Amino acid sequence: MSDPSAWLQLSHLLVQDPEPAQLLPARQQMAFTLGFHIILVPFGVAFTFLMLIANYRSIRRDDRTAMLLARRWSQVAAVLFAVGAVSGTVLSFELGLLWPGLMGTYGPAFGIPFAIEGLFFFLEAIFVAIYIYGWDRMRPWPHFWTGVPVVLSGVGGTLSVVAANGWMNQPAGFTLRDGRLVEVRPLQVIFNKAFGYEAVHMLLAAYMVAGFVIAGVYAVGMLRGRRNRYHRLGLLIPLTAAAVATPLQVFMGDVAAREVFQNEPAKFAAIEGLAKTGTHVPEVLGGAFVDGRVRYGVAIPWGASVLSGFKPSTRIQGLDAVPAQFRPTDRAVTMVHLAFDVMVGVGFTLLGLSAWFAYEWWRRRDVPRSRWFLRFTAVSGVLAVVALESGWVVTEVGRQPWTVVGHLLTRDAVNRSGNLWLFFGATVAIYAAVGAATIYVLRLLRRRWQDADSALGRGGEGTGVGDADGFVPYGPSRARDAGGERP
Amino acid sequence: MSTFAAVVLFVGVVAYAVLGGADYGAGFLDLTAGGAERGKRPRHLIDDSLAPVWEANHVWLIFCLVMLWTAFPRAFAAIMTTLYIPLGLAALGIVIRGSGFAFRKVVVRVEQQRVTGAAFAISSVITPFFLGTVAGAIASGRVPASGYGDPIRSWLAPTALLGGVLAVLAPAFLAAVFLTGEARLRDDAHLEGWFGRRVQVVAVCTGIVAVAGIAVLRADAPRLFDELLTRGLPLVLASAACGLAALLLVRRAAPRVLQALAVTAVATIVLGWGVAQYPYLLGTHLSISEAAAPGATLWSLTVVATVALLVVVPSMALLFSLEQRGRLDTH
Ligand code: HDD
Ligand code: HEM
Ligand code: HEM
Repeated sequence: MSDPSAWLQLSHLLVQDPEPAQLLPARQQMAFTLGFHIILVPFGVAFTFLMLIANYRSIRRDDRTAMLLARRWSQVAAVLFAVGAVSGTVLSFELGLLWPGLMGTYGPAFGIPFAIEGLFFFLEAIFVAIYIYGWDRMRPWPHFWTGVPVVLSGVGGTLSVVAANGWMNQPAGFTLRDGRLVEVRPLQVIFNKAFGYEAVHMLLAAYMVAGFVIAGVYAVGMLRGRRNRYHRLGLLIPLTAAAVATPLQVFMGDVAAREVFQNEPAKFAAIEGLAKTGTHVPEVLGGAFVDGRVRYGVAIPWGASVLSGFKPSTRIQGLDAVPAQFRPTDRAVTMVHLAFDVMVGVGFTLLGLSAWFAYEWWRRRDVPRSRWFLRFTAVSGVLAVVALESGWVVTEVGRQPWTVVGHLLTRDAVNRSGNLWLFFGATVAIYAAVGAATIYVLRLLRRRWQDADSALGRGGEGTGVGDADGFVPYGPSRARDAGGERP
Repeated sequence: MSTFAAVVLFVGVVAYAVLGGADYGAGFLDLTAGGAERGKRPRHLIDDSLAPVWEANHVWLIFCLVMLWTAFPRAFAAIMTTLYIPLGLAALGIVIRGSGFAFRKVVVRVEQQRVTGAAFAISSVITPFFLGTVAGAIASGRVPASGYGDPIRSWLAPTALLGGVLAVLAPAFLAAVFLTGEARLRDDAHLEGWFGRRVQVVAVCTGIVAVAGIAVLRADAPRLFDELLTRGLPLVLASAACGLAALLLVRRAAPRVLQALAVTAVATIVLGWGVAQYPYLLGTHLSISEAAAPGATLWSLTVVATVALLVVVPSMALLFSLEQRGRLDTH
C-alpha cells in the first residue's frame, strides 16, 4: 500500500480489488484538510465568546481597554472565520469527491445533521458580518446582542457536525435493504449514542484551544515586558475561560473513554494497545504496538481495568475479538495508542496550569507575575491544539477500517476514479500558502496595533511600562499602516 | 414530497446564482479594473459592497451541496464521481478566493494587495467557470445515473463550456449593474460612469454568447433546447427582456429598479434551466423521485427549510438592510 502505482497496476488485474489506488491519497487528503479546518473551528466557536465577554465588560464598566480588546479580537475573528469557512467548504466537496460510497448510500441519514449545520452556518455568517461591520454603526447594547447569535450558532454548528461524526462511530436510525436506505429515523440519527459525549468534549476542547492560544499571545507580550493593563486583561479573560473548561474536559474525557470501552470495543483495544482479551489489564503509557503487544511503554499494573470498570477484574476486549479481516494494522494501533496518551498527557498538563492560575488568583487577585507561569501559558495554546488533533486521530483512525462502523468499510466508501494524488498535492500547496498568509496577516495586525499603541500611548494605563517598544520600526511604514486602516 | 425537496434545492441554486454570482462578478470586474492607481476607486467600492455579505452569500453553496447529498444522494454521488475535475478545481478556487479577499483587506502595501487581490480576482473567474461547466454537464445529461462518467468529455463539451462562460458573464453583468447603482447612491458620477460602461460591454458579450448558445444547445442538447423553447419559453423571454431593459436604462432608471431588473434576468434564466430539466435530475435517466431519499429524511429537510425561512431569511434581510442603511449614513 505504500506504493500507490503498484496498486494502480494491480487494480486492472482484480475484478473487485480490495484496496483501490485512491484509498491512500483520499485518506491523507481527508485527514489533512480536516486537521486544518479543526484548528480554525475553536476561533469561530469559542473566540467569539471571549470577544463578547470583553465587549460586555467594556460597556458595563465603561472599560476602554476591554473595548479595544473586543474590537481587535473581532478583526482577528473575521480573518480566521473566512479561512474556516472556505476550508469547511472544501470538506463538503470532499465528502462527495472522495467518499461517494458513503454519501451515495448513507447520505439520507448522515446528511441530516449537516442540513441542520447549514442553518447554523447561515446564522453564524450573517451575524458575524453584522457584528464586525456594526462597531461604528450601532449603539453599544444592540451591537453586543448581535454577537450573541454568533456564539449560539457556533455551539449549534458544532453540535450538529459532531452528531454526524458520532453517527459514523455508533450508527443508528436507519434500515438498509439491497444496499439502499429504505427507512430513516432522523432523531435516532442525530441523537446517536456517541453524540452526547463527543459533542460536549469537542465544545470544551474549542474553549480550551481558543482560551489558551489567545492567553498565550498576551503572555508572550508580557514576557517581552509589556505588562500593562491591556496585556493583563487580554490574558485574563481567555485564560479564565480555559481554566474553567479544563477540569470539565478531563472529566468529560474520562466519560468518553468509558463510553468507548462499552460501545466501541475495537477502538478501545487500539487505545490500550491490547491484543488479548483479559482481566487485570495494565495501562501502558507510550510505546509502540509491534507483533501483538506494546513495546517500550511504561506499564501501570491493572491500570486499564481499574480505570474502565473501577475494579481490577474488569474484562477488556482485545484486538483478538475483532475478526481478522477487520483488524486495524499495527501502525494504526500504535498511532491511536500514542495519540490517546498525548491527549491525556496534555489534558493533565493543562490541568496543572489551570490549578496554578486558580491558586494565584485566589491568593492575589491578579495575573501571576512569575516568568515561568507566563512561559507555560505561552506554550499552552500549542499544547491544546496538539491535544485537539490527537483526540481526532483517536476517533478517526481508531474507527478504521470502518467509515460507518459495522456497515461501510473505508475502502468501499472511496472514489474509484482519477489520480487523487494530484488533487492532494494541489490542496497541500494551496493550504500551505493560505496557512502562511494567515499567520502573516495576523502578525501584521499585531504589529500595526503595537505601533498604534505606542504612538498614542494607549493601552498603557496603569503602568505605562512596555509601551516604549524601541525595536518597533517607526517612520513611513507606520504612517502608511495607519493611513491604510479603515474604520 | 420529493418534488418539494427538489424545489427547495433549486431555490438554493437560484439564490447562489444571484447572490453568490454577484460576488463572483464583482471579482471579475476587479480583475479588469486595471493597474493599482487606476483601479483603486472601483476596487474600493467592490471591497466595500462585498465585505459584509460574501460569507453569508457563500453559505448558499453549502446549502445546495447539503440538500443534494441528503435528499438526492445517488445524484450527488454520480455528479461527484463524474465531474470531479471541475468540482475539485472549483473547491480549490473557493479557498483561494475567500482567503485572498479576507487578506486583501488587511494588508496595506501595494505589492501585497496586488498578490492577494489577484488571487481573489482570478479565482473569482475560474471558480464560477468550473461551476458553470458542472451545471452545463448536468443539464446536457452527461452524468450517468450510476456515476463514474467520462471525467474529461463530460465537461469539456459544448453545453458544459457554454455553461462555464455564461457563469462568468452573467454574474459580471449582475455585479456591474449593482455597482453602477451603488455608485449612483453614493453620488459618485465618475464611478457610475465607469461601472455603467462595464454594464454595456458585458451585456453585449453576454448577449452574443447567449445567442450563440442557442445554436450550441440545439446541436448538443436537443432535449434541453426543446424544453427551453416550450415550457421554459416565458422565463427565457423574461430573462432576455429584463437584461435588455437593464442595459438600456442603465443611466436612467432608479438604482433599485435597475438592480431588480438584473436580478430577475439572472434568476429567470436559471429557473428556466430548472423548469426545462423537470422532472429529471440527470439527463432523462434519473428522475427526481427515483433519486429521492426516504420520506423521513425529506420531512426533516422540510423542517429545516421551514426554519430557514423563518429565521435565516429575516436575518439575511436584516444584514442587507443594515448594510444599505449603514452606507447611507456614512455618505
Ligand atoms: C483540548 C483538547 C482535549 C483534551 C485536553 C482532551 N481531549 Fe479527548 N478528545 C478531544 C480533545 C481533547 C477531541 C475534541 O479532539 C476529541 C475527538 C473526537 C471528540 O469527540 O473529541 C477527543 C476524543 C476523545 C476520545 C475518543 C472519543 C470517541 O472516539 O468517540 C476519548 C476516549 C478521549 N478523548 C478521552 C480523553 C481523556 C481521558 C482526556 C483526559 C485528560 C482527554 N480526552 C483530554
Ligand atoms: C468536529 C468537527 C467540526 C466542527 C466543530 C466544525 C465547526 C465549524 C464552525 C464553527 C465553522 C464556522 C466557521 C469558522 O468558525 O471558521 C465551520 C465552517 C464550516 N465547516 Fe466545519 N466543523 C467541523 C468539521 C466539518 C466537516 C466534517 C465539514 C464538512 C464535511 C465541515 C463543513 C464546514 C463548512 C462547509 C463550513 C463553512 C460554513 C460557512 O460558510 O460559514 N466542517 N465549521
Ligand atoms: C465531525 C466531523 C467529522 C466528520 C463527519 C469526519 C468524516 C470523515 C470521513 C468520512 C473520513 C474518511 C473515511 C474514514 O477514513 O473513515 C474521515 C477520515 C479521517 N478524519 Fe474525520 N471527520 C470529522 C472530523 C475530523 C477531525 C476534526 C479530524 C481532525 C484531525 C479528523 C481526522 C481524520 C483522519 C485523520 C482521517 C483518516 C483516518 C484514516 O483513514 O486512517 N476528522 N473523517
